[in-house]
Amino acid sequence: MIYCVEVSIKPGLPDARRLGLLGQVEALGVMGVQSVAVTDLYFLSGDPAAGAPSGLDADGVQRLVAELLHDPVVEQVMWRPLTAIEQAEPRPGVWSVEVTLLPGVTDSVAESLLAGAAMIGVHGLRQAATGRRYTLAGALDADQVERIARGLLANEVIQRYHVNALAAPPFVETVQRETGGVMGDAAVEVIALRGVDDAGLLAISRERRLSLDLAEMQAIQGYCRAEGRDPTDVELEMLAQTWSEHCVHKTFKAVIEYSGPAAEPPHTVHRLPFTVHRPPSTIPIDGLLKTYIRAATERAAKPWVRSAFVDNAGIVAFDEQFDLAFKVETHNHPSALEPFGGANTGVGGVVRDVIGVSARPIANTDILFFGPADLPWERLPAGVLHPRRIADGVVAGIEDYGNKMGIPTVNGALFTDESYTANPLVFCGCLGILPHGAHRTDPQPGDLAVVIGGRTGRDGLRGATFSSMEMDHQTGAIAGSAVQIGHPIHEKQVLEAVLLARDEGLYSAITDCGAGGLSSAIGEMGSELGALVHLERAPLKYPGLRPWEIWLSEAQERMVLAVPPDNWPRFQAICAGLDVEATALGEFTGDGRLRILYGAQLVGDIDVHFLHDGIPRRRLRAEWSPPPLPIAHSPFTVHQLTDALLSLLGQPETRTKEPIVRQYDHEVQGGTLVKPFHGAANAGSSDAAVLAPLDALRRPATGAIRRGVALAVGANPFYTALDPYCMAWAAVDEALRNVVAVGADPDQVSLLDNFSWGNPNLPDRLGSLVRCVQGCYDAAVAFGAPFISGKDSLNNEYTGADGQKHAIPGTLVVSALAIVPDIDRTVTMDLKQGGDWLYIVGLTRGELGGSSLARRFGAAGWGSAPQPPADALDLYRALHGAIASGLVRACHDCSEGGLAVAAAEMALAGGLGLELRLAAVPRSADADHDAAIAFCESLGRLLVEVRPSASDKFEALLAGHPLARIGRVRADDRIIIAGLDEQPVIETNLVAVEQAWRSP
Amino acid sequence: MNPPILILHATGSNRDREAAWACELAGGAPEIVHVNQLAAGERRLQDYRMVVLPGGFSYGDDLGAGKLWAVALRHRLGDGLAAFVAAGRPVLGICNGFQALVKAGLLPALADEKMTQQATLTRNDSARFECRWVWLEPQTGSPCIFTQGLTEPIYCPVAHGEGKFVARDETMLAAIEAQGLAALRYVGRPGTAAEATAPSGAGYPWNPNGSQNDIAGICNPAGTVFGLMPHPEDHVIPQQHPQVHRGERGLLGLPLFVNGVRYAAQVG
Repeated sequence: MIYCVEVSIKPGLPDARRLGLLGQVEALGVMGVQSVAVTDLYFLSGDPAAGAPSGLDADGVQRLVAELLHDPVVEQVMWRPLTAIEQAEPRPGVWSVEVTLLPGVTDSVAESLLAGAAMIGVHGLRQAATGRRYTLAGALDADQVERIARGLLANEVIQRYHVNALAAPPFVETVQRETGGVMGDAAVEVIALRGVDDAGLLAISRERRLSLDLAEMQAIQGYCRAEGRDPTDVELEMLAQTWSEHCVHKTFKAVIEYSGPAAEPPHTVHRLPFTVHRPPSTIPIDGLLKTYIRAATERAAKPWVRSAFVDNAGIVAFDEQFDLAFKVETHNHPSALEPFGGANTGVGGVVRDVIGVSARPIANTDILFFGPADLPWERLPAGVLHPRRIADGVVAGIEDYGNKMGIPTVNGALFTDESYTANPLVFCGCLGILPHGAHRTDPQPGDLAVVIGGRTGRDGLRGATFSSMEMDHQTGAIAGSAVQIGHPIHEKQVLEAVLLARDEGLYSAITDCGAGGLSSAIGEMGSELGALVHLERAPLKYPGLRPWEIWLSEAQERMVLAVPPDNWPRFQAICAGLDVEATALGEFTGDGRLRILYGAQLVGDIDVHFLHDGIPRRRLRAEWSPPPLPIAHSPFTVHQLTDALLSLLGQPETRTKEPIVRQYDHEVQGGTLVKPFHGAANAGSSDAAVLAPLDALRRPATGAIRRGVALAVGANPFYTALDPYCMAWAAVDEALRNVVAVGADPDQVSLLDNFSWGNPNLPDRLGSLVRCVQGCYDAAVAFGAPFISGKDSLNNEYTGADGQKHAIPGTLVVSALAIVPDIDRTVTMDLKQGGDWLYIVGLTRGELGGSSLARRFGAAGWGSAPQPPADALDLYRALHGAIASGLVRACHDCSEGGLAVAAAEMALAGGLGLELRLAAVPRSADADHDAAIAFCESLGRLLVEVRPSASDKFEALLAGHPLARIGRVRADDRIIIAGLDEQPVIETNLVAVEQAWRSP
Repeated sequence: MNPPILILHATGSNRDREAAWACELAGGAPEIVHVNQLAAGERRLQDYRMVVLPGGFSYGDDLGAGKLWAVALRHRLGDGLAAFVAAGRPVLGICNGFQALVKAGLLPALADEKMTQQATLTRNDSARFECRWVWLEPQTGSPCIFTQGLTEPIYCPVAHGEGKFVARDETMLAAIEAQGLAALRYVGRPGTAAEATAPSGAGYPWNPNGSQNDIAGICNPAGTVFGLMPHPEDHVIPQQHPQVHRGERGLLGLPLFVNGVRYAAQVG
């Protein structure tokens, strides 16, 4: 017997969910919906496999309903056997849409319901599933209801919906499908590889969606011939996963022949160590990672770098007792298909990376790139979700995971451009803390290979290879199984178990089980030793998985550890006490073979050296040439600079992110000192976050100055088309000046690089990437800031049903982690007091190319992108000295929208007006008109508030750098900027500025 | 001797460490203990002088915020927590812990309806999770032992999606008010026009979730069990104040813990 329980808000009480839905329906462009009602559905079943009699009787259901399934104060509930429910006759003007998950999709509520039933002693409940019914009233036709169902209420990648029909609980189908599922010998397929020709190899790669090229398939063929047998599906899938772009980064390791101009950036002549990697017209590059990224780290040679590019996350010293771990990941493809689940598991994945270096996560970041929220429907490519829906889902997914794990989301950025419509980018970062030396990385022969956390299902199969492919309009339908729903509570408990085990020294190695699943985790951990694995021991969500599916499944919330047998009982006890499942799947052997058993059957036996080192190196061609020279001096005709300022304040990059960021818990763990919002009304957006880790705060007070850590990002993809080299510089400089602005030491900055690019097999895409990486190198070397971790997400291209390719602009996100020497010497960006003086530091040049102003007013040819700044590090050191001396009351970097926008943001955050003189701004000769000085985005500049009484000391500390006092804070609410002729060119007030900044 | 304090960790709790730190700063000796350890008898409630149910997402809040934790309190700890309360030892529930206490019937626990749910914390009017700083005004004359002697407001963050306090009916709400059980209320910014609460209440965003009568926290009639949605444990040092850079200090959440720990040390 299956029962259906229906729960809704009592009549007469407000239902907060309804209002939000009405707004979203209107945003779909469907008018005429008068009301939406939401009913939560629970499906309960006794023991359907056994048929009748059911293990669940009416008394049991009544208890579940009374004690678990509704809130008696505000909700009403009814329940009945599913067979007793008949579909009511459709009433005119009323439609119902019932939504359930597809079988096998994680349903954490149903899991909790089963646990709750056990707690209250209702043991007859065997299966549970959830659903939701939406009742729409209004003048609607069937097409409109379909549109609402598809566009808003259900995502067919993970859900199904029924209009005016009853949903069947998904567990019914699961059971029927799995009954008598394939097992035994037939479960493993042997692929005849040795005898086929090149075309055959390519066909196998294509048909199995292996994403391997001919050279790679040939290497596998050669290996198989040497081994004297064809591979099993387990082995072939494992090779495809291990050799995927996602896991092995073959583009960044490839040998590249690069043709490009001998780049000598126009303004970068001052003492920058540019000569080393300045390319001649054609150069061979022996791997981007080695030649540039790692080389920059080696050149910086910072003693406080503990681990760079080796572990799951980069590790640096925090103080003499603690280290910090930082990682940023992308989850672009999954977020395009199922925004909530994609972003949700993106956060879960990067958090696991940090747990995977034995650290406790203490902060999350998110950097998002979407299509425009108001994109007209007719411009939406076929098969693509609307940007607004992607944005809503991604934000909800980030919120859900971070908040539930108790990790504050403290910093991020949002960019909007139509080029991201089909390929939204979602970067998720996580910072962790660990005691110095606590992360062990030396598995021993005989150690148990242990998996803990969530169970293994069919979810996420081939995610690693999927994320390394281009998408087309059918990708959603085909790759649905690559998308998953996270379960943050499982991961939270896994975290607690890992940290207890860490502190007791119970494991000798740990890694997360992410892309590639057990195959990747155990494969990497046993990359020297080899291992023997018993796949049938893996706890499954449901029966019927074939061995290769168990091995490759990317089911979430799992970690793999090497546990010495003597520690196993204690390790199990810790996990049991925290409701974490732990299973020893096998052991590390030391014989260099990875042997995989399923029961008595050997389903895989592979040489670990071939697995990890056998991939042939790719040889790629890259070329970059600068775009046609932009008009050096724009025929700039925006004379209404006040209107321009207000307009820029309303642009997506600049306007308030409060509606998003307030949904993230940024206070949990108590260490967020420079918060996302500050100022008179807690509304000003901070340049960076400063955290004081609770572990450090809780130490017995010694009276010593306490350290903090600053986090910030830099990105500006709108410069890429002009010059990826300059774009990289801009990203690095922005990340640097953001952390400097809040009080971090510019000599203790670590960087992360995350690239999202197009198809690297196309020479122009790769050429642009090469030039970007060269910029990363030069900037990092100039700032002495090592890269400690990074990731690339390539193939961000989308072929629509129209056959056209939609590519993203090459996008680099640079994240900075920096030490704040004293948490009592941090600075926020809100103006503090009328009468204080305002200084600008850094040189202003006439660089409007790619700027907010140029984008807003539709002119592409407005000069070059911002060029690398000269002497920025020395300037930041001097500014930091002033901050550390307590001389700076407010500080804000000039980025999108330049000086004028930065000034307006400081004013509205502080609730105080200001006046500035553009004529006083230190500038180069080409910054020769008001609009350029006010809105150009030259790097290396910050706006600083200083008390008049402190100005002498401040100026002395900044002596020798571009610096000028350009105005003062007003006690009233007026914002006045005078032009080169000393007459006001911008005149407005806080009310107008705030209105523009909060405009939708 | 510092009184031993049990910070009760349910699967999914996540503000337990800050709660422990606040208790430490207040002079207590906190220990974080999982519900499973109590259920298995590895730890005993009666060995502690005070219990704190911290914030988080117990069991994912999957069937409603704090719901399954409330079930666990009732079914896995037996009479343990009720007996602890009956002995007069203080219990503090913060955010998710408050939700669990209310849904388990331990708050407000009026009249003879022991362990019956008399109120709830339901979805915010905004239908969203919200994180923002709020001011809380102590109710004069409340029996709450945690707010005794507090004369100035507390400033601290809320971080929840289901924090709207709703009493079961008007009679229940009237009884809560009559007995002074609404120990903390949301108010506008002190020293501004917003502070003077209008008849219609503090209003959004001062009252961040639409709670009846601006109720942020309630106690039982004895005043020993207290729960609140905001997070006083996240404002225990001046550097956490969002306007510290503007020269503002004070209004810490720490006094609630100091009161609780002091009371715990005295009670038998």
